[in-house]
Amino acid sequence: MSAADAPPAARLLAPLARPDLADHLSAYGPPPFSPAGSARAQNEALIAAVEESGLTGRGGAGFPAGRKMRAVAAAGRRAGPLRSPAGTVIIANGGESEPASAKDALLLSRAPHLVLDGIVLAAQAVGATRAYLCVHGDPAPLRAAVTSRERAGLNRVPIQVAAVPAGYVASQETALISFLNGAGAVPSFVPPRPAQRGLHRHPTLVLNVETLANIALIARHGPAWFRAVGTAAEPGSILVTVGGAVAAPGVYEAALGTPVGALLEQAGGPAEPAQAVLAGGYFGGWLPLPGAGSVPLSARSLREAGAALGPGVLVVLPAASCPLAETARVTGYLAGQSAGQCGPCTQGLPALAEALGQVAFGRPGPEVLRWTRDLLALVRGRGACHLPDGAAGLVASTLLAFAADLRHHAEHGPCGRAARPPVLPLPRPPGSPS
Amino acid sequence: MTRRRSEPAGLTVNPIACQAHGMCIELLPELITADPWGYPLIAPGPVPAQLLPLARRAVGACPTMALLLSSPGRHPERDSATAR
Repeated sequence: MSAADAPPAARLLAPLARPDLADHLSAYGPPPFSPAGSARAQNEALIAAVEESGLTGRGGAGFPAGRKMRAVAAAGRRAGPLRSPAGTVIIANGGESEPASAKDALLLSRAPHLVLDGIVLAAQAVGATRAYLCVHGDPAPLRAAVTSRERAGLNRVPIQVAAVPAGYVASQETALISFLNGAGAVPSFVPPRPAQRGLHRHPTLVLNVETLANIALIARHGPAWFRAVGTAAEPGSILVTVGGAVAAPGVYEAALGTPVGALLEQAGGPAEPAQAVLAGGYFGGWLPLPGAGSVPLSARSLREAGAALGPGVLVVLPAASCPLAETARVTGYLAGQSAGQCGPCTQGLPALAEALGQVAFGRPGPEVLRWTRDLLALVRGRGACHLPDGAAGLVASTLLAFAADLRHHAEHGPCGRAARPPVLPLPRPPGSPS
Repeated sequence: MTRRRSEPAGLTVNPIACQAHGMCIELLPELITADPWGYPLIAPGPVPAQLLPLARRAVGACPTMALLLSSPGRHPERDSATAR
């Protein structure tokens, strides 16, 4: 670890980053493994460094990464005949099922070896004997990357690349474990949590691929280097997918705490007059413009503003689009993504989508609005995963942020903007080949 | 993150296991009501001591073993939080 390194503005998407192993090693240097046969305390030093760095999970939930590693390492130590089997497992989550997010796919194509370094370093820290990299899409390039490291002796644990099925809940962490266990990619009920009993009953560390890439950098440069950008409470940089009505949609890296407006400028600024920003993806919420521009990009600030950081997603909604119609379409999509396991989600999300459809495309009377609000309370917190909570949060945010549109629809029926082509991205409808 | 021994017992539903048989709603209307689709809605907070025997009976009566009564201090390791 060298404290002399200056913190570059772009860390994960550094200009030097190339997908190739030789270029990766010349840009970043070899991953600092502890020597083979090191004492556990030496291996676990990385956990303390990650805790000190303040790194949080970049997959959407934002849980402290070091604490998660600590829990898995501790569960691994408790392994025994009456507990879980010896050895822990690590799963790198690159499933990225959020339709508005593209950052995991970009990171895996631009800096796959940073992610793979992170997998091996984190595996060593928590005593994992096997690693899985779960991706959505073609696994072949990543399998080739793993093979190239094999020859260089960089894989201290075997890494298997698995292609996960499409579906909004398929890359939820318990769904990944269920899939790798040979069952359907559907969430399961916790406890036990993966850290206690996960893949093949082993304590399992599930971390997003961007989180692991950050761990690879923290292992090299130390926690102080990591904290040199970002805010004191939420240090580091984050990959953000900026979409919708901006001139240059794409994935951008920014320090946490950067104003939302600066991110939008980085993405070329507005492509047409805009009314709001959806922050956090489909588990997030709406920030009306122009106020949205000054909100700092951090989990806390966005939550306080009524949205979320989520997996780092900003979608700009043009003034010419109907926010109710946009959200109704997304709610319909989310309802279709229910794994069908939990009654309140199976029943409640289609009902919510139907109600919001009436709000957006009909002429909603007070009873429709009341039923919509009742449904929010009826689905929240009542699923094994957070799909119902996310859908309810998005609808609640819509009702709050677009109260004027709601009144207009109640008085005059659907607005002309409802017919405009959708801005919020959706995958092909369920049932079409994936 | 471990559950303290003094923490009172609480009812939860495993929503995957629950098939809306409604036994718990019949047996413990003081704490459990039906939603519009027949699935149980549990009153928030700990189970009052005087209702604990009824709560245990409802747990035992669930045909799919979906109703759970947390027993303080028994599985502290299961409650250490990881991600949501």
